[in-house]
Amino acid sequence: MNAPTLGPAVRTTCPYCGVGCGVIARADGFGGARVEGDPEHPANKGRLCSKGSALGETLSLDGRLLHPMRRDMGGGYTQISWDEALGRVAEGFRATIARHGPDAVAFYVSGQLLTEDYYVANKLMKGFIGSGNIDTNSRLCMASSVAGHRRAFGSDTVPGCYEDLDEADLLVLVGSNAAWCHPVLFQRMVKNRRERGARIVLIDPRRTATAEDADLVLPVAPGTDSVLFAGLLASLSASNRIDRRFVADHTVGFAEALARSRHIAPDADAVARRCELPLADVERFFAWFATTERVVSLYSQGVNQSAQGTDKVNAILNCHLATGRIGKPGAGPFSLTGQPNAMGGREVGGLANQLAAHMGFEPESVDRVRRFWNAPQLADAPGLKSVELFDAVASGRIKALWVMATNPAVSLPRADAVRQALSSLDLLVVSEVMASTDTIASGADILLPGAAWGEKDGTVTNSERRISRQRAFLTPPGEVRPDWWIVTEVARRMGFGAAFGYGTPAEVFREHAALSAFENDGSRDFDIGALAGASDDEYAGLLPVQWPLPAGCAQGAARLFAHGGFYTPDRRAEFVAVDNPELSAKPSSAYPLRLNTGRVRDHWHTMSRTGKAPRLCQHIEAPFVSINPDDAARLSVEDGGFARVTTLHGSAVLSVAVSDGQRPGEIFAPIHWNGETASHARVGALVHSAVDPHSGQPELKATPAAIVPIGYRARGFLLSRRALALPSSIWWSRVALGEGWGFRIAFDAEETEWPAIARRLLGETELAEFEDGATGRYRAAVVAQDRLQSCLFIARDERSLPRWDWLKAQMATLRLGDEARRALLAGRAPGVSSDDGPNVCACFGVGRRRILEAYARGGATCAEDIGRLTKAGTNCGSCLPEIRRLAAGAVKERLDEPAA
Amino acid sequence: MSEPLVIIGNGMAATRLVDEIAGRAPGRYAVTVVGEEPSLAYNRVLLSPLLAGEISADALELKPLDWWQSSTAELVTGCRAVEIDVRAKAVWLRGGRKLSYSKLVLAMGSEAIRLPLPGADLSGVVTFRTKEDAAEMMEAAKPGRRAVVIGGGLLGLEAASGLNRAGMKVTLVHLMDRLMERQLDPAAADMLKGAVEAAGIDVLLNAESAAIQGRRKAMGLRLKDGNLIDADLVVMAAGVRPNVRLARGANLDVERGIVVDDTLATSAPDVFAIGECAEHRGIAYGLVEPAYEQARVLAARLAGEDVRYDGSLLATNLKVSGLGVFSAGEFLGGPDTESIVLRDPDRGAYRKVVVKGGRLAGAVLFGDTADALWYLDLIRHGTSVVALREDLVFGRAFAQPETQAA
Repeated sequence: MNAPTLGPAVRTTCPYCGVGCGVIARADGFGGARVEGDPEHPANKGRLCSKGSALGETLSLDGRLLHPMRRDMGGGYTQISWDEALGRVAEGFRATIARHGPDAVAFYVSGQLLTEDYYVANKLMKGFIGSGNIDTNSRLCMASSVAGHRRAFGSDTVPGCYEDLDEADLLVLVGSNAAWCHPVLFQRMVKNRRERGARIVLIDPRRTATAEDADLVLPVAPGTDSVLFAGLLASLSASNRIDRRFVADHTVGFAEALARSRHIAPDADAVARRCELPLADVERFFAWFATTERVVSLYSQGVNQSAQGTDKVNAILNCHLATGRIGKPGAGPFSLTGQPNAMGGREVGGLANQLAAHMGFEPESVDRVRRFWNAPQLADAPGLKSVELFDAVASGRIKALWVMATNPAVSLPRADAVRQALSSLDLLVVSEVMASTDTIASGADILLPGAAWGEKDGTVTNSERRISRQRAFLTPPGEVRPDWWIVTEVARRMGFGAAFGYGTPAEVFREHAALSAFENDGSRDFDIGALAGASDDEYAGLLPVQWPLPAGCAQGAARLFAHGGFYTPDRRAEFVAVDNPELSAKPSSAYPLRLNTGRVRDHWHTMSRTGKAPRLCQHIEAPFVSINPDDAARLSVEDGGFARVTTLHGSAVLSVAVSDGQRPGEIFAPIHWNGETASHARVGALVHSAVDPHSGQPELKATPAAIVPIGYRARGFLLSRRALALPSSIWWSRVALGEGWGFRIAFDAEETEWPAIARRLLGETELAEFEDGATGRYRAAVVAQDRLQSCLFIARDERSLPRWDWLKAQMATLRLGDEARRALLAGRAPGVSSDDGPNVCACFGVGRRRILEAYARGGATCAEDIGRLTKAGTNCGSCLPEIRRLAAGAVKERLDEPAA
Repeated sequence: MSEPLVIIGNGMAATRLVDEIAGRAPGRYAVTVVGEEPSLAYNRVLLSPLLAGEISADALELKPLDWWQSSTAELVTGCRAVEIDVRAKAVWLRGGRKLSYSKLVLAMGSEAIRLPLPGADLSGVVTFRTKEDAAEMMEAAKPGRRAVVIGGGLLGLEAASGLNRAGMKVTLVHLMDRLMERQLDPAAADMLKGAVEAAGIDVLLNAESAAIQGRRKAMGLRLKDGNLIDADLVVMAAGVRPNVRLARGANLDVERGIVVDDTLATSAPDVFAIGECAEHRGIAYGLVEPAYEQARVLAARLAGEDVRYDGSLLATNLKVSGLGVFSAGEFLGGPDTESIVLRDPDRGAYRKVVVKGGRLAGAVLFGDTADALWYLDLIRHGTSVVALREDLVFGRAFAQPETQAA
């Protein structure tokens, strides 16, 4: 075969988290691409994390939605023309608005959209349909930071930049597992710690991978972050560390905030008791914060996804305002955004309680935007925030909904109720890149095929206010179209053509930039007026640039607020007297635990992209719940076994991981798995829908829950070249293999029934089989044309299952000889004891055994040695904590012991 | 002066005995071999390819003529022994020749059972045991003509396969519910049936023969259920019977075969028996391996060594119509046994190992018999397989790679 000819190098931006790393992509001519970090992008300087490195593996067209579709009476989908699809959407919305008014329709959009897509959608809903009912999945991610910023600064402004992470002497991570969720930034912090001696403090109820590199870990009781920061404010005041000048010149409300803080947390002792922390650790944190001028406090979902999230944000901001540590090199509060374009969405006004261009619904803003858009019907009041919005869908107040680039049937709290609500809509339109999702399966009427990463053009904004271009490097497959085009076409068909004359994303961007500068004159933080006149060529070649960037500026501001200049009417920041925090629901005898939710290292959201990359599926292969060892023992839940987790709202069956990183009374489950990837792991269905009163962000991390063990008689795995529908009696979770799918399965059936189950799963075909009834082992395989087509491995005892990494490789083997066929059911090659074990380094595919081997026999003594010997950890570094942990464990762990 | 040693029978056991004695006690005995068949000793296992015309008759010979000529043994072929006088220590041959012996070895083998069916004496009805039988079958085996083989044991399968390859349309009828029921478990027998049928042979199980139809010449086989199978040739391959007539005439202890003890001695002094005519500890073996083992032990004893024969492990290890078949020990399983099964029907391969009390008690292999001898060793030596159990059925390369010859 000829070596593929790579296409030209295209500079673009990674579509995962809010770090916004620059990527250089070259199409490989077979639909995929070679992807590497862009050394010139200031966000990452060439580095990529495991997810970003694997982007090239996620571009296959498997499962893609390539044509507009309409649901027919039988529930199946029929391909229709774009013209018919757009017409049906426009007519459906028009008719609903005509009968029930503009507030009977809504858009639910996404931080995955590009700014241009977002802008057009926001303009259509707020400007021309005339309703505020456009909200975004950023509500689940960022809304509390937005609300906190606005309360303190009068604007949704991140004051600092990434260089601050290199220059700080103390990095305080609050509710952030940056080692896994923002790996490229975290490696900058680790480098700072290693080279400059910066300290890292981790504040998180869970002992995550981030803790491996922390100098101090504070496993706070859930929901008590604002107690800790109120105590810090009180302590800063008591130790006379307040920057009185900054407070006097640039702020208001300090006295009230301090008084409230003293009330909540009079001293370190009170903090220690309330936050359930050792007093010495609290005192150490307070002392370090007090005596370190260059402090960056980074916060993420542990702060935001909370019914007290906005107060947590303000409690943190208070401490930075009080010490004047804001907008200075190496000092400031720093919100780490979750999504690639959550910031861009905030800029265009994609949140229901924002209007546009960082303007709210103040009358003068409404008037200004109405004039700018020439939109007489402009909405003059905020719309419904996500949770309210789906409640309105359930109650029938919203009758037509357009979901773009997100999967609310998985990600919303009470996701089963959301799925139910979606099915009751008169019209559900879904713009998607995938042909099948839980949201589509809820009964979408019209499916619109959106262009995916690599196929579309536009801009995104990262956590440090840096606008970067996403550029196309692939030919759009089928009939996919960019989202801005789809929305524009619908707007035209609804009769708003005059305001939606866009022919290119550059035209949209220029209008967006012009609006940011319109009647601004420094009154609003978001101003990119300098880009309003960018030519098509300048837009095409736009280099990463930070805002604010008013007309006449060549370079954006790296930092803000060092000398005040906040965007409140009096230009003073406001201290917020936060409430004494209380989680929204208390554990009860029926639901005695608290369920926390979050991410794993190598997956993203609902896995529609990462689930396609085999190496990303190797780190953690099945949905799990982690539990403290004492709770596990008390509740008879076993590591590696299964458990049913139940809340008032739903239940899931998950694999159990016993971990002493989990506080007693708390359990944790990842959010990624869904109806497409697992049978019983829709964790969103378990989460309650309590929301923060200011931001409307749901409390995704503290739902009262119960857990009971489930003993399946049989467990194992199933690999298949084609997609399989498994019966509901079988628990399963699915990963991509590159060649087909791998299912982990478990079920309750006697050994004698296993061969019949095998035939049901693999088909009534000639099976190669292995049966050992006495020890409860059964294996079956289908081989055709000398290739493994499918196979099933079942055992009573999981330790009897062969390592499936090896087996997965057999799926890719082109020709299985006789020996290989026998080896297949043996689950390993003859004479070889085992494989590489579970993946640790996703970037280079290095497994646990190889790392242990390098420690035990290769002379490695540290993570750097491992990097030299195996390359593991030398790319994104997100596995370095695990590699270091293995060094400690390598001594204890016998190599011949099977890896868990 | 060499002692006179007379061997009655000129088959595979006898030939092996002559060979072994020549190696172990050269010159000690004056050996005379008396064979009923007119030719040199031959390998009955090769009758099937002979039938198929794949090899020539010469190729069956165990030892060439010059080997016999250069050996010290006297070979008397085409001559039957008619009487033994154990007191006089002499054997009378047909035609009146008397051979005195100091040691006498009976290695007369067995004969094919001719079923007492109506029409069994018609022309075109043969057994399948000797070269003569094979010659008669080859005469009848014209492409397009039809044959019925009665008996789904090893012999019947060989006959059916040979005739099929010679171009006949063959039907195999078997009384039992599976082929080779004494050597194979149901699963392996089923695979064998599939393979035999795939080769073009019709197989009827649970089929009891009632009569051979025909006036002078066989025309077909009538079954008990009334069905008639047309046939130009009917082959009876329904088992063999040890040749014991001579021994019985000499008043030796005879059950099914000639009873021997662990020294392979019969009830008469200096008279021994080996091979298919002998019965040791209640077993008359019908396979070549035990006959060779007995020949080896007896030769050693005759050479003065004190070795004993403990019986042979019941093992089958051969090819049936080109397919490897192995079974040994308690391969059917039973109380307190655990069976581990590996089957790959696409490859025509099947394995079952039976574990009892931590040891390998039996095994059946079909199609792929590469590990047969390893299993046989494990069974024979009663090796603990506890540590090997997980990979046992996958063979030595998986379970005991370190013991594998390079």
